Amino acid sequence: MPHDFEPKIVAFVCTWCTYAGADLAGTSRMLYPSNVRVVKFPCTGRIDPVFILKAFQKGADGILVSGCHPGDCHYMAGNFHARRRFAVFRKLLEFIGVDLNRLEFSWVSAAEGGKWVEIITQMTEKIRAMGPLTQFTDLADEEQWSGALGNPELKAVYDQV
Amino acid sequence: MSRIGVFICHCGENISRTVDVEQVAQAARQMVGVAYACDYKYMCSDPGQTLLKKAVAEQRLEGIVVAACSPRMHEKTFRNAAQGAGLNPFLCEMANIREHCSWVHDDRAEATAKATDIVRMLVERVRKNKKLIPITVPVTKRALVIGGGIAGIQAALDIADCGHQVVLVEREPSIGGHMAMLSETFPTLDCSQCIMTPRMVDVVNHPNIILHTYSEIESVDGYIGNFSITIKKKARSVDMAKCTGCGVCMEKCPQKKIPNEFDKNLGFRPAIYVPFPQAVPNTPVIDREHCTKFINGKCGVCQKVCGPGAVDYEQQDQLVVEQVGAIVVATGFKLYDIGEKPKGSAIKGYGEFGHGKIPDVIDGLTFERLASASGPTGGKIVRPSDGKEPKQVVFVQCVGSRAREKGISYCSKVCCMYTAKHTMLYKHKVHDGQAYVFFMDARTPGKSYDEFWRRAIEEEEAVYIRGMVSRVYQKGEKVVVMGSDIAVGVQVEIEADLVVLATAIQPRDGADTLAQKLGISYDKYHFYSEAHAKLRPVECATAGIYLAGACQGPKDIPETVAQASAAAAKVMTLFSKDKLEREPIVARVNEKYCVGCFACKKVCAYGAVEEKEIRDRQGNLIRVVAYVNPGVCSGCGTCQATCPSKSVELDGYTDEQVMAMLETL
Repeated sequence: MPHDFEPKIVAFVCTWCTYAGADLAGTSRMLYPSNVRVVKFPCTGRIDPVFILKAFQKGADGILVSGCHPGDCHYMAGNFHARRRFAVFRKLLEFIGVDLNRLEFSWVSAAEGGKWVEIITQMTEKIRAMGPLTQFTDLADEEQWSGALGNPELKAVYDQV
Repeated sequence: MSRIGVFICHCGENISRTVDVEQVAQAARQMVGVAYACDYKYMCSDPGQTLLKKAVAEQRLEGIVVAACSPRMHEKTFRNAAQGAGLNPFLCEMANIREHCSWVHDDRAEATAKATDIVRMLVERVRKNKKLIPITVPVTKRALVIGGGIAGIQAALDIADCGHQVVLVEREPSIGGHMAMLSETFPTLDCSQCIMTPRMVDVVNHPNIILHTYSEIESVDGYIGNFSITIKKKARSVDMAKCTGCGVCMEKCPQKKIPNEFDKNLGFRPAIYVPFPQAVPNTPVIDREHCTKFINGKCGVCQKVCGPGAVDYEQQDQLVVEQVGAIVVATGFKLYDIGEKPKGSAIKGYGEFGHGKIPDVIDGLTFERLASASGPTGGKIVRPSDGKEPKQVVFVQCVGSRAREKGISYCSKVCCMYTAKHTMLYKHKVHDGQAYVFFMDARTPGKSYDEFWRRAIEEEEAVYIRGMVSRVYQKGEKVVVMGSDIAVGVQVEIEADLVVLATAIQPRDGADTLAQKLGISYDKYHFYSEAHAKLRPVECATAGIYLAGACQGPKDIPETVAQASAAAAKVMTLFSKDKLEREPIVARVNEKYCVGCFACKKVCAYGAVEEKEIRDRQGNLIRVVAYVNPGVCSGCGTCQATCPSKSVELDGYTDEQVMAMLETL
């Protein structure tokens, strides 16, 4: 059934657990919405919160960060660092007024193809209902404008606005 | 980089069925930096790879995106092909349009759009990729084996037989481990000592094995190919070079009533002792806790009677440093001490079974000592309380194991088989005796295992009762076992003479501390974790460290030996090269911007971050910056995400690459 709005979801995943879990969903031929774009990292520990902001700015409506279960990290503790980092980062997002439902964290192991499908399906439905996130894309436009203000004509226009 | 080739694979029909590959190729040709794009039925096939190489040459391609299956499947294949075409392999990336697209979506338009997006992302990434050169590190061709049980012995002998030196470290005064304690082994009932002790002698006689008994790992430094190990040799109080192993000191020691740990405290030993007569090395050790000389200084008999003058009360603990290239961890197991709840543990204990209080309630290893010809009773099965022959013996399986509510949910794997063996050994020695077994399930997968278990029931007349035991208590001379028989649905009470509990297998005490020294991971029970449950079952995620035996999970002897040989084979693979080549996905520090806060050092789980001093020509210290040792770095990138000044970069996953991918959203 076609929907009015198809959200763009970006998944930041680690290569050892969640990427492999998503692969398993594939080899098991499970079906899920095509809204997700996967960005692979060696470890969730590598994921800089700036990437999340960047993705929001470039039009992502929802973001998933997913890695190995606590204790299973291929790099021993990377997922713990990620967990701490994102606990703080969520507070910041909340502070600037982003609905935290748009940013999800989960653990998906290489054996959990089903869980991956479940998370992506639920997230897509949830964010589809929430509608697009415009806050950051608007900001991006503004940034572009301000960057172009070297041109005196444009600056005059901008100042008028 | 502006000349990128995009190769889109049909994967037979696996991709082309749901993704319009021609349309993706068409879209790819419009992407910035793409000089060439095509689609082909099987990119991974020989003609597919030839096509790729030809295109690189003809189109003068500088980067490659192969849109096909998961990189976990064929990244290596295509990077090799790229290398064959004269490109740096790290300029080739895979766009996963099979597992992540064609197989999980059924709408053709949606799948095609997604595949195009994925390709666009990877094209942007490859545009920012840099040539990476594999890192080479030298390999010290010596191995360390931790633990001298059957796993450690097997691994040490295999490596030593290949001509490499092995340092074998054992915590106890003798090697042999648990296998030396066993009476007979399933499913062949051959005597454990008869197959074990010759292997122990092989170890001590092997010119390539350096044996450190009564020793422990103090610290571990370094990385794959280049570990530096500090070993603490505990003071034996006996000079190993002088001792001839005559045993006079043990005979003359006036302290004779110390419970013998090797015999599970059933027999006694003197204060100067070898754990068992076949011990290797056959050099006694003084138990300083129980020795009168060490308690109040009023003895010294052993020193007086020692002909070669080997007894040395002044001996101190010694630290020895060994350089090795690989480590095999084979620290084995312990039995679940079920009497009480261990301190600070989620495990609840089995106080209701009276173990530790009722002398005739024993564990499986104690029964092994009772049944062993070299045991405290000379192989006669008797009750520990009064030395009488037990006529009714109740065996209880799954004590601790598979009991989630008690804190252990795994199966200890060997108990079903050893209990069946116990019933047989018992019946062979007490012909008019009767064995009962309370069990949940009989798990007998293994060559000739089920036949063995059937034999215990059919030929040796062991009575198997499916059900759990709720309570064990002393009633006069008897031990009453209360349980249920769920097959019939009745409560059962058996007045037994002896109760044998098949208690759970747990990792050794201190397994976690050792793991932290080694930098390897372990699960919530402290069993060591392998790198991949199926494809890398003997390797740790930490490069250069391998696992053997029950320290990784409950295992029987054949499995342990197989795993030990596998670990040895892995060590040999490592030692087959003089230089070690590693994927160059490692972090690099931009020293210009590093402020030396060492946040990266704090988060690095591998200790790869070092402090580097920058000095001027006069040798004056200017500042201290971080330096990532590429031999140690495993490439997780946690340091990069942590660095406040963004002066660490993980090659292959730089901010520039990730941002470029995100720009395509």
